[in-house]
Amino acid sequence: MDILDEGLGQLVGWHDPDDNRKWVLENKPRHLVDKRMSVTEAVRRYVNDGDLLASGGFGHVRIAMSAIYEIIRQGKRNLVMAGKTGVQDSDLLIASGCVDRIEVAYAFGHELRGLSPASRRKVEGGECQVLGEISNAGYQWRFLAAMMGVPFLPARTMLGTDTLRHSSAKVARDPWSGKLLCLLPACYPDVALIHVSRCDPYGNAQVDGTMIEDFELARASRRLILTAEEIISEEEVRRQPWRTVIPYFLVDAVVEAPYGAHPCTMPYRYYFDEDHIREWLTVSKTAQGAEEYFQKYVYGVTDFSEYLELIGGQRRLQELERIEKLQPAEGG
Amino acid sequence: MSKAPAYTALELMACVASRLLPDKRSIFVGTGLPIIAAMLAQRMHAPGLLIVFEAGGIGPRIPVLPISVGDSRTFHQAIGATSMHEVMSLSQAGYLDYGFIGAAQIDRYGNINTTAIGDYQHPTTRLPGSGGANDVASLSHHTIIIMRQDTRKFVEQVDFLTTPGYLSGSGAREAAGLPAGGGPYRVVTQLGLYGFDESSKRMRLRSLNPGVTLEQMQENSGFEILVPEAIDQNPAPSEEERRLLKEIDPERLVLGR
Repeated sequence: MDILDEGLGQLVGWHDPDDNRKWVLENKPRHLVDKRMSVTEAVRRYVNDGDLLASGGFGHVRIAMSAIYEIIRQGKRNLVMAGKTGVQDSDLLIASGCVDRIEVAYAFGHELRGLSPASRRKVEGGECQVLGEISNAGYQWRFLAAMMGVPFLPARTMLGTDTLRHSSAKVARDPWSGKLLCLLPACYPDVALIHVSRCDPYGNAQVDGTMIEDFELARASRRLILTAEEIISEEEVRRQPWRTVIPYFLVDAVVEAPYGAHPCTMPYRYYFDEDHIREWLTVSKTAQGAEEYFQKYVYGVTDFSEYLELIGGQRRLQELERIEKLQPAEGG
Repeated sequence: MSKAPAYTALELMACVASRLLPDKRSIFVGTGLPIIAAMLAQRMHAPGLLIVFEAGGIGPRIPVLPISVGDSRTFHQAIGATSMHEVMSLSQAGYLDYGFIGAAQIDRYGNINTTAIGDYQHPTTRLPGSGGANDVASLSHHTIIIMRQDTRKFVEQVDFLTTPGYLSGSGAREAAGLPAGGGPYRVVTQLGLYGFDESSKRMRLRSLNPGVTLEQMQENSGFEILVPEAIDQNPAPSEEERRLLKEIDPERLVLGR
């Protein structure tokens, strides 16, 4: 295949498909193992300095925030972020100095809420390096290629743009139609964090609502930490097997984490904590403000349940549940 | 103009954009004004408009304005809560008629920048990047761009070509390998509505917003915008449109910005 053009972006997360098959053979047990552990243990075991890290969900939707906070608490360093739709997760990880490189489909912004002061300050000041650009479809098709065990997938997006020019994609001619194609290299993150509605102790997981990119990401990632709103039994999984979107043999750690996406939203459970997100966006306008935020909400608490108390406890969480479920305010 | 109009620029832009959306078509929408315009179109004249969100929501009955294109309002009572792979594949396979995106900079061919202002390696402002915009503009049959217009945003050359318009002009998209027949269809700003010249693919005025002169329209662009012989005027938001906008965004999350 003649390569007609190629992007200048750094290739991250790619492995020869045979090397990855071998890695899977040697590292992913096929039998049922109870993988329940604390988030502290999960992050200590499976997130290593220098890893390519991917966070599931989308923007502020279904993000494994309890694991994100734990990564910051443990002071992981030199992480590379898969900035697929990196919002609260990548903003905090960049601001705290855990992530110093990122491949960007979407980052440095909070959608409607505006740009991210903290991660923009880091990237504009050179403390966080952008390794390459890509589009949202491009990123998730990189995961799809990895999931399929093929070295790349062709697509008809990104062509003719600087996004492709600064990506790790290549351009080649389709041997059938003769048209140019964008070849997206497979991406196998070293570790992914995915927050799910429920899973059993082995990691068989169900997700209520959209899967976004997590079907592909769960299968592409070498290590996978699941945080779950609730732990259910294996029998419960077997009762409705069509609901299993992530099977246990992909999973390395299972963490019970009720409200584990806060301040992000968990579909059908609780809505965005806009007050808390606004607090972060306000205080993070200065480096000192960001540091004080981490002191208060991450270093200053021993675990996620203490954090939940700090943001307003059950009262606030029930309010967010009410908003998500479109129920009227109490007494209103 | 001595009297201030009874509507804001954003309200007018939402109305102009919504009127572009025909019934019984599919649309891929992004955060903010695009969602509002699509919801308004459904309630005004296009009840059969199929709304699709990039995080996987297909055909929802949107109860209240979603804050994110991924939150549960985007698949409330939907016909599908799917995935990005599903939606992007549908788009690549030709099922999505319209795509709706914003822009920080645009050029005469509708090429868009949302990546960086200034030099890419040392940007004065680092923006979020493509997100799904490149895919929407690459893969939908028609792209609608909604943005504020001034000389910093309507530029001779975008600092970074994040998302394809017509690239360097007629035939350039197809030559680059993009799906045939797609490209920017309309640009909606606070000053007017633009299309693209059939042969040169350069941006051309279609209609001006109420009270806007040709000179103002041109002064607020860093490149020459083609002007047709007859220029229409966009109607101001009707009573009904304004009532519905209040219903769609009661807290003015988007329209109040």
